[in-house]
Amino acid sequence: MIPASFDYVAPTSVDEVVSTLAEHGDDAKVLAGGHSLLPLMKLRFAVPAMVVDIGRVEELRGVRDAGDHLAIGAGTTHHEIVHDPLVRQHCGLLAEATSMVGDAQVRHRGTIGGATAHGDSAGDLPAVVSALEGTFVAQGPGGRREIAAADFFQGYLETALAADEVLVEVRIPKHDGWGFAYEKFNRVAQAWAIVGVAALVRRENGSVAEARIGLTNMGAVPVRATASEEALAGADRTEDAIRAACQHAADGTSPPADLSAQPDYRQHLARVLSARAVARATG
Amino acid sequence: MTVDGTDYTDDVEPRTLLVHHLREALGLTGTNVGCDTSNCGACTVHVDGQSVKSCTMLAIQADGREVLTIQGLADTWDGEGSLHPLQQAFHEAHALQCGYCTPGMIMASLDLLAENPDPSDDEVRHGLEGNLCRCTGYQNIVKAVRAAAVQIRQGSTKSQEVPA
Ligand SMILES: Cc1cc2nc3c(=O)[nH]c(=O)nc-3n(C[C@H](O)[C@H](O)[C@H](O)COP(=O)(O)OP(=O)(O)OC[C@H]3O[C@@H](n4cnc5c(N)ncnc54)[C@H](O)[C@@H]3O)c2cc1C
Ligand code: FES
Ligand code: FES
Repeated sequence: MIPASFDYVAPTSVDEVVSTLAEHGDDAKVLAGGHSLLPLMKLRFAVPAMVVDIGRVEELRGVRDAGDHLAIGAGTTHHEIVHDPLVRQHCGLLAEATSMVGDAQVRHRGTIGGATAHGDSAGDLPAVVSALEGTFVAQGPGGRREIAAADFFQGYLETALAADEVLVEVRIPKHDGWGFAYEKFNRVAQAWAIVGVAALVRRENGSVAEARIGLTNMGAVPVRATASEEALAGADRTEDAIRAACQHAADGTSPPADLSAQPDYRQHLARVLSARAVARATG
Repeated sequence: MTVDGTDYTDDVEPRTLLVHHLREALGLTGTNVGCDTSNCGACTVHVDGQSVKSCTMLAIQADGREVLTIQGLADTWDGEGSLHPLQQAFHEAHALQCGYCTPGMIMASLDLLAENPDPSDDEVRHGLEGNLCRCTGYQNIVKAVRAAAVQIRQGSTKSQEVPA
């Protein structure tokens, strides 16, 4: 399988990326790690006339300590994030979940920007960034703007990014002291999550002060299990209390049906995995 | 780009995949194409020291980079024509049957051992999850990788007992 012909540029600055996108409009596509885009191009599901490779834009790479949050360049690879000392120290959930993305070869190429800009709610990182209440920074012809995770994911493979915008940074608030866990359920190694659950728990005086739960592959966009989050606030750190709260993890969701699972099974998984993830995050 | 220590300068169409460039333009057919959909790992090579699936990378993305394929691996060892310990161990531990997955399996193992020079059976299985083998049942592949790990740590190509 070979992609259809396209023109190719590999700029070295974000400004050049933005001006190329502005010039070519909908005909242009950003190429990051290529591990979602190239398979689509090989199948001719995506047929861009112009490919803008951001792999040589150094300013899009790396993790920076920005005080209350980490600023992660959109072009930072999964592999770099898993091994980054700042991410491990302040945003352990992101490191743990990213280590479960695909396989080693995929993690060497795939980027956090691509995995979120692609807008696939079956991907692990959208739910994780939602639970961490991250912010996306996009640059377009009019300059930069910030988009909260809750507004970024708009539908299946749809995000708030305009065709002439490039995602430059993902900001993740530091979660020092929070317990965390990512529970990913799939049938075989290297596979996508049938359902995934990202849990964050802040403890205080022996009970749960605050909990956040992000759900992977439970709808067209990453979903927060708000009913369970509310039930967990102030709850005891006992197995019974956690299990009771997580009975509501699938409330209000309409998960997809596919070869791996029907919606009711996915809802069952969301409840069970949420209880496991929260229990582990509560420690 | 540099491939297995040789510099190449070519004009490529942007849509040319790295694996096709290696096999068809450079004649380096040691790297196989299995699934062509980034799942099986048969096409694994190293780019700047990291394992990648060359069916899911454009040749042009490797412009100016260093590519290592199974065909250049032995030369990275002692420079005297011996096989690399991974190649030797796959041979000795009977870690292949049809051999189709082997080039990718070995290149992925090389990356695994660079990160973890002394992996457990579980760590080998997990580390090679991006590579599928339809023949061996993986058991002997795990043995071969662990045997090679011992030899690489000792910096010797001499045959070694397979760890239990
Ligand atoms: C075999 C395999 C297994 C996988 N398993 C998993 C898994 O288990 N979990 C998981 O979450 N993911 C998985 N993935 C997907 C992987 O994480 C991808 O790398 C990721 O989804 C896309 O990142 P990328 O950098 O490769 O982006 P690309 O493929 O280059 O781009 C994806 C899309 O995002 C756009 N884009 C990329 N970067 C930007 C940017 N900075 N600004 C604007 N738009 C941008 C592109 O235009 C394109 O539309 C798997 C992929 C493969 C091939
Ligand atoms: S041929 Fe590249 S992963 Fe199978
Ligand atoms: S030896 Fe035949 S596929 Fe692995």
